[in-house]
Amino acid sequence: MVVKVYGPDYASPKRVLVCLIEKGVEFETVGVDLFKGEHKAPEYLELQPFGSLPVVQDGDYTLFESRAIIRYYAEKYKDQGTELLGKTVEERGLVEQWLEVEAQNFHPPIFDLVLKVVIGPLRGLTPDPKQLKESEDKLCQVLDIYEERLSKSKYLAGNFFSLADLSHLPFTQYLVGKIGKEYLIRDRKHVSGWWDDISSRPSWKKVLELWPGLY
Amino acid sequence: MGVKLYGHPMSSCTVRVMACLYEKGVEFELVPVNMFAGEQKMPDFLAKNPFGKIPVLEDGDLTIFESRAITEYISKKYHAPATDDLLRSDSPEESIAVRVWVEVESHHFQPAMSPIIFQHFVAPLQGKAPDQAIIDDHLAKLAGVLDVYEARLGKTKYLAGDFFSLADLHHFPYMFYLMKTPWAAAVTDRPRVKAWWEGMCGREAFKKVAEGMKFEK
Repeated sequence: MVVKVYGPDYASPKRVLVCLIEKGVEFETVGVDLFKGEHKAPEYLELQPFGSLPVVQDGDYTLFESRAIIRYYAEKYKDQGTELLGKTVEERGLVEQWLEVEAQNFHPPIFDLVLKVVIGPLRGLTPDPKQLKESEDKLCQVLDIYEERLSKSKYLAGNFFSLADLSHLPFTQYLVGKIGKEYLIRDRKHVSGWWDDISSRPSWKKVLELWPGLY
Repeated sequence: MGVKLYGHPMSSCTVRVMACLYEKGVEFELVPVNMFAGEQKMPDFLAKNPFGKIPVLEDGDLTIFESRAITEYISKKYHAPATDDLLRSDSPEESIAVRVWVEVESHHFQPAMSPIIFQHFVAPLQGKAPDQAIIDDHLAKLAGVLDVYEARLGKTKYLAGDFFSLADLHHFPYMFYLMKTPWAAAVTDRPRVKAWWEGMCGREAFKKVAEGMKFEK
């Protein structure tokens, strides 16, 4: 039975899609329309009690929370496809560190920008410039640290691509696109080179081609 | 060279890591970081964690920050027999559940809790009045999260299954502080959440870290 990924049109599920493609794991997708409220329907809440995307069904198992799902598949298929967790316990520790950095420091301000600039207008809402500036400033502080890190290391966890880099793809794609703040990436030489590298991977190009979503 | 943990015994994120080190029986030295003097923003500390936050763990040549990355590393490196494995790596079903509920704590529980704890405990230490609107907003969010937990704990003894795991452990610091606020009823009004919490409080590791958890300068 093939792995099913719910909600491919949206950003968080794309973390899972790109990971599965990197690991050479077959899957199919099931559409969920957020604008019709399908994520709050009782049948969906049975699978994901918080009503968030994505959900993955894999045989008898149901998984949710995209970063839990990518960790699970990166471990399960450690011996096939791209190595995404480093080679040693110590390298894995650094992958986890930068994956947590993405989740705790990078994600909140960029998610706020996506909600306000991309999703909000589709619901007739106008963003507050002061709140946008606050989120942009927070994101800049994080990107300045990334710039320093990436001046010493090809990728975030070390000189190897990992889940930590992969996890940044879906929301950064909005930043350089619809949010209209590509300069935040391009103004930083090493972040810019890193972004070009990770976003030109065949796996990400395939995701963009097959599930362009709101990009 | 042993394991060194840079942090503070009242800091939630430091406590998360200390609880894990105690659970795994790993000897470590706690190196205090003087947060009130802004030590975490000084160059020596920024060299360890450029985000200027505690805790940071040093283990041999490895320096690692972000509390949930550190606990994952400790759980993997100091892997005990399967019965003590906080990650339940030997069972796909169990390890999936641990990973999922670790993320639930990180993305649903913590964002609801942290502003409440900040406003109630930390703001006064900085000479500010707590912002009740922020507290009320987040109590409403917390109620939604704890309703999900109440339903979940009707099916399993702990969050990831009938076994204590990293997912439960990660909740310890914020739950401890919540019980010391005027809003502990969020827990005590939910019988299964209450039983889950009280069960965890009996763990030796938790008793040890609780001793240092007082919000004072």
